[in-house]
Amino acid sequence: MFLNQFLIFAAVLFCIGVYGVLTRKNGVLVLMSIELILNAVNINLVAFGAYNSDIGGQVFALFIIAVAAAEVGVGLAIVLLIYRNRRSIDVSEADLLKG
Amino acid sequence: MLSLLAAEGPSVPEVFDLVWLIPAIMASSFAFILFFAKRLKIQAHWIGIPAVTACFIFSLVIAANWIGYTHDVADSHSAESHSSDSKSEDGDHSDEEGVGASDESAAPFVNAEDVVVTQCGSDSHGDDHGDDHSDEGDHSDGEAFGAGETAMGADLELAVSEEGEEGHSSPCPVINEVTWFENGGSAAEGGSDIKIGTFVDGQSVMLLVVVTFISMLVHIYSTDYVNGDRRYTHYFAFLSLFTASMLFMVLSSSTIQLIVGWELVGVCSFALIGHWWEEKPNSDAALKAFLTNRVGDIGLLVGMIILYFAAGKTFSIATINEMAVSGEISQNTLLVAGLFLMGAVMSKSGQFVLHTWLPDAMAGPTPVSALIHAATMVVAGVYLIGRLYAVFFIGFGIDGGTLNAMALIGGITCAMAGLLAFVQNDIKKVLAYSTVSQLGYMVLALGVGAYTAAMFHLFTHAIFKACLFLGAGSVSHACHHSFDMKADMGGLRKYMPKTFWTFMIASGALAGMPPLAGFWSKDEILVGAGAFPGTGGNGTFTIPFIFGMAAAAMTAGYMTRVIWLTFFGDYRGDTTPHESGPRITTPLIILAIGSVFAGFLNVPKQLPLIGSKIGLTFEEWVEPAGVSTFPIIDHGKPSLGLAILATGFGMAAIVVVWQYYKKLYSIDRKATEYTSHWADKNGLLKAGHTMLVEKYYLDHLYTDTIAGGTKGPLARGTYWFNQNVLDGIVNTAGKSATVAGRFIYKYIDQGAIDGSVNGAGAGAASWGQALRRIQSGKVRSYASLMFGAAAMLAAVFIIAV
Repeated sequence: MFLNQFLIFAAVLFCIGVYGVLTRKNGVLVLMSIELILNAVNINLVAFGAYNSDIGGQVFALFIIAVAAAEVGVGLAIVLLIYRNRRSIDVSEADLLKG
Repeated sequence: MLSLLAAEGPSVPEVFDLVWLIPAIMASSFAFILFFAKRLKIQAHWIGIPAVTACFIFSLVIAANWIGYTHDVADSHSAESHSSDSKSEDGDHSDEEGVGASDESAAPFVNAEDVVVTQCGSDSHGDDHGDDHSDEGDHSDGEAFGAGETAMGADLELAVSEEGEEGHSSPCPVINEVTWFENGGSAAEGGSDIKIGTFVDGQSVMLLVVVTFISMLVHIYSTDYVNGDRRYTHYFAFLSLFTASMLFMVLSSSTIQLIVGWELVGVCSFALIGHWWEEKPNSDAALKAFLTNRVGDIGLLVGMIILYFAAGKTFSIATINEMAVSGEISQNTLLVAGLFLMGAVMSKSGQFVLHTWLPDAMAGPTPVSALIHAATMVVAGVYLIGRLYAVFFIGFGIDGGTLNAMALIGGITCAMAGLLAFVQNDIKKVLAYSTVSQLGYMVLALGVGAYTAAMFHLFTHAIFKACLFLGAGSVSHACHHSFDMKADMGGLRKYMPKTFWTFMIASGALAGMPPLAGFWSKDEILVGAGAFPGTGGNGTFTIPFIFGMAAAAMTAGYMTRVIWLTFFGDYRGDTTPHESGPRITTPLIILAIGSVFAGFLNVPKQLPLIGSKIGLTFEEWVEPAGVSTFPIIDHGKPSLGLAILATGFGMAAIVVVWQYYKKLYSIDRKATEYTSHWADKNGLLKAGHTMLVEKYYLDHLYTDTIAGGTKGPLARGTYWFNQNVLDGIVNTAGKSATVAGRFIYKYIDQGAIDGSVNGAGAGAASWGQALRRIQSGKVRSYASLMFGAAAMLAAVFIIAV
């Protein structure tokens, strides 16, 4: 019972993140949606860790937070460079890799 | 008796092991002249003459050893036969006597002689096989058929002892062999060894001496005769090669070696007849000689192959002879083989119907005619008969004493060639027909069983015929190389006395005038034919005897004609003849001396004064009497009446011919024939003359009828075959190849191969086209794909797990 609420919450948060990634054109918002997805995963890890009385879940969550910080740093740098080159951060227009 | 034989058997002289050196010396002389003489600027005769002289001396050494060996064996055999006599009187060997008696009744020729058949033992073939391998490449004295080995067959030995004149016993042939190559494994493994080696017996030793002797004189003679010739080196090289091949053939121990030697002398003959090939008749004559001999060679090959299989797959001459004598090969087989071999003899030794090449062979240089086409090579056929005499003797049933193919061929040859010699104007052609005639004599002698007489005639004929040919060469040398007796000669006896006298002596020998060489040998042949009443001979060879007698008279006649036209009367040429130089006359003198004295080697024992001492020496040396490789032959008894009759015929012919020309000379000093004579008006005689001039139309028969008759249809047939069959095959092959090519291009290349390649390309392109749509470059579409896929994966997990 206790666990379900966390899992449902995490799933909702994940879906919101995914929706954001798929619908937003703004690069910064896409990065923020990815943060939501990652945090949904963090909630799952912490919840399962607490449920199983295992500290490993929290440790993993901390790792993910650290890696997410780095990822956001790189992602914002890319967005910044895209902006500098095109004067726009619309990801739907950045399609130079079209086959 | 066994121990006695083993103890007293004389040892084989060791020098016989080295006899292979004789042909080897001549062969190396050939190679040296051919490859180095011009390069080292040595005149070819400085190599050829020392080589042939060394061979001659070595041959004399061999001959001396052979004679000594013969005497040793004869002595030991006479001692042994006495002991066997004493034993059989004791009654110990009654079965031996029985064998002897039955043998005597079967062979009527066994005549009052102490015949001890020495088994030459072909059973020694196997045991020295190791020897051959231990000293390979060297001559291994493997199969010495020495008398010491007679111990092996001693119990088979049959002694026929009767009263009468003493016969002699001869040694077995001394054979040294090495294995040349093996066909289908060694003899022990069921294959057959092909061996090469030397075969030393009386016959081969006699020919060794004759060949090297005549060859040496011809070498010396040639240095003057072909001096300055454009192919001087080449000429001497071929003289050496010829001598080497002839010696190789003479010494051959296997039939296959004999064939090799036989063909080699044929090649040399071809090369030397065509020595001046720039002139068409010379090269034609060379070709004619070569092709005519090919006809006979077919007989040689077939005959040898028959003997090979009949004798149990062996080429060994000794074994073949031994099996023929012992009756292991049936008489019919021997007859067939003998008839085929007779073909070879007819071509090589110029017997009737295949003799036509020999007179044409006179196109070669005269010394070559003397060496090859008179004294040595042409007797190869006679030599072959003598070598395989058991085959011919048993095969033709010569011991039956009836007329046989060999005696008939020999008889016809000696008579018809004698007639032809009368109408020739070319001095060399007269001598050529004379050679054919004398070869016929030898074959006749062999055909009536007079083996020794044939060999003796071969020996004496080689000497006086070489002398005659070299004399003719000397005459032509004096008359600017013309051989036409009627146009360019006459009265030469005043200009060239040495040539004249030597020619006279040799002619006398050829005509059989006593006491010159030819008298003795020819007389022995006539005795062998033995039809003269009261001779005590067999009296059955009447037809050969008549032919032989006619030929004896004709020989004297045509030689008188040659001598008159050449040396008597007035000189008809337009230059001044002169005597030839010493290098030409010295061989003539040596040969003339030989022509006088050679006959005394085999005078009858009955001859007063000398007969008892030196009578029948040649027979003792040469005839392998009482040896298992040789049939038991009889000897006709010499008859004074016969000798007088034959000489009388010869004298009469000489007188008739002499009178004819003498009368002609008294009418016209330069005439050579009567212009209007009753004989010219007689149609029959004229027709006969024309037939002789046309050489019995044999050349017409061969060239026009046989060659011409086959040439046309054969050419047309071949053309038809070419156009229709061969061209058809070629065209069909071409067309079908085109069709097949087109099919392959159309369906396989264009369809299958190109189709698959193009299909692969097109497939790749279309797949690429399909897949490139996914690659939009939009981050969100990638993300949606990824999430969709992840969701699907999650769904799969949920459903599956």
